[in-house]
Amino acid sequence: MDNSVSPQNSLVSVKNLSFSRGNKKIFDDISLEFERGKITAIMGPSGTGKTTLLKLIGGQLFPEQGTVSVDGNNVHRLRRSELYNLRKRMGMLFQSGALLTDMNVFDNVAFPLREHTHLPESMIRTLVLMKLQAVGLRGARNLMPNELSGGMARRIALARAIALDPMMIMYDEPFTGQDPISKGALVHLIKSLNTILGLTSIVVSHDVQETAAIADYIYVISEGKIVGQGSPKEIEQSESDWVQQFMTGAADGPAHFHYPAKDYIDDLLSTGKRY
Amino acid sequence: MIEFLQHLGKNTRTGFTKLGRGSFFLLQTLSGILSVLARPRLLFNQMYSVGVLSFLIITISGLFVGMVLGLQGYYILSDFGAEETLGVMVAASLVRELGPVVAALLFAGRAGSALTAEIGLMKATEQLSGMEMMAVDPIKRIISPRFLAGFLSMPLLAALFSAVGIIGGQMVGSGLLGVDEGAYWSQMQAKLDFQDDIINGVIKSIVFGFVASWIALFEGYDAIPTSEGVSRATTRTVVNSAFSILGLDFILTALMFGDN
Repeated sequence: MDNSVSPQNSLVSVKNLSFSRGNKKIFDDISLEFERGKITAIMGPSGTGKTTLLKLIGGQLFPEQGTVSVDGNNVHRLRRSELYNLRKRMGMLFQSGALLTDMNVFDNVAFPLREHTHLPESMIRTLVLMKLQAVGLRGARNLMPNELSGGMARRIALARAIALDPMMIMYDEPFTGQDPISKGALVHLIKSLNTILGLTSIVVSHDVQETAAIADYIYVISEGKIVGQGSPKEIEQSESDWVQQFMTGAADGPAHFHYPAKDYIDDLLSTGKRY
Repeated sequence: MIEFLQHLGKNTRTGFTKLGRGSFFLLQTLSGILSVLARPRLLFNQMYSVGVLSFLIITISGLFVGMVLGLQGYYILSDFGAEETLGVMVAASLVRELGPVVAALLFAGRAGSALTAEIGLMKATEQLSGMEMMAVDPIKRIISPRFLAGFLSMPLLAALFSAVGIIGGQMVGSGLLGVDEGAYWSQMQAKLDFQDDIINGVIKSIVFGFVASWIALFEGYDAIPTSEGVSRATTRTVVNSAFSILGLDFILTALMFGDN
């Protein structure tokens, strides 16, 4: 393992993790370390279970084998109340934003504060406006979630994720489906929040350029295994065919263009069957 | 044959697994009720959307059911010269049976389907998952208030249904068909028993409210988080609620009125 990540300094460490869904093995004995104060990216093609990994770290799913520890706590051994207390210090940004659709922007950001603190309404207002200002959407406080564009919804969700001043944030595909300007805004936000608030960030993404621009350390995952890891520079210069294909976006390579199927000619010539 | 047995076994197993999940869900929901009572605003909001918004359909249906009862009752009773007892017939059928049952069926169609779709879509759009990650228990915050609201609204809606129906029966009976108004009300007053008729009807509607809310919320919570999954869950809510309400009505009626 690379020496630049020492387990002592990691906030989240995943050890020998295995997880299956049905008969499909999503993770096969993988270990990852997420260093405090850094942005660590997990990259890989769609469907490799990157979101699943975040849900395992957040304690929403249980692994078959291996451990996940966050700030020294084994997530899957905690009691329910302890897990909930830990989650108050973990922010998560869902791909869809997961804003509550029956509340406006202000109430969405105020939601965790109202649920977990007994602050007076005037202080909640100040805090919410500060968080909204940080993501540049203070003026949108009265809009409903269905009036927001995808990029705005994600920024509001980000404001909500930092409402309780967590120690870490997990971003699930923050750049997917965003126009270049929103992408740029999110890249800037993730980086600056990490620096200013002293967060630890985990970014799950398959957007190579955006992620490489802000990540301190990158893991590339494919078919349940880690196929490459290192700083963005090291990943770029990686000799692994797999990593090269992913970073350059070649259509065919170790990851095949074709979904597994029987021989093409045989398939075309076998008449009589419908499929 | 073997295939049929395999199919049967598989379906039975799926059925029982679902029943198990449903029971566990119900326990969690019930254990969350205490925290709802600490925040009555959550409950009031839900009572509004589950109960108050069902007023119109319950009132109009109740009125028409009562009017039809008045008509049909009059034709049968007048053959025996007993049209003076129309009030008893209308009120007894409504308070004992039609009030709780029809109101519960309407409730399942109006409020139950809406609850399932709402919860199912919240699941599909990761709102429930998002709440969990914000350390907010979606069962306590979302499910329990809705359950309690449905459970409390049902007897009130059934009472409204019966009351409007009795007025509808009176409108047709004495307004159109000439039954004496005094007889309509006084016969009803004399013959209907508070314990046997009204309380038993209320007990029925409490049971139906419990079951219909449970089914609606569980189907939503258990839905496959896709548009097709939510639409299926909504259908299942209406079908399963109707079966449960009608089946339970038979059992409850047999228990309550069996030895008379």
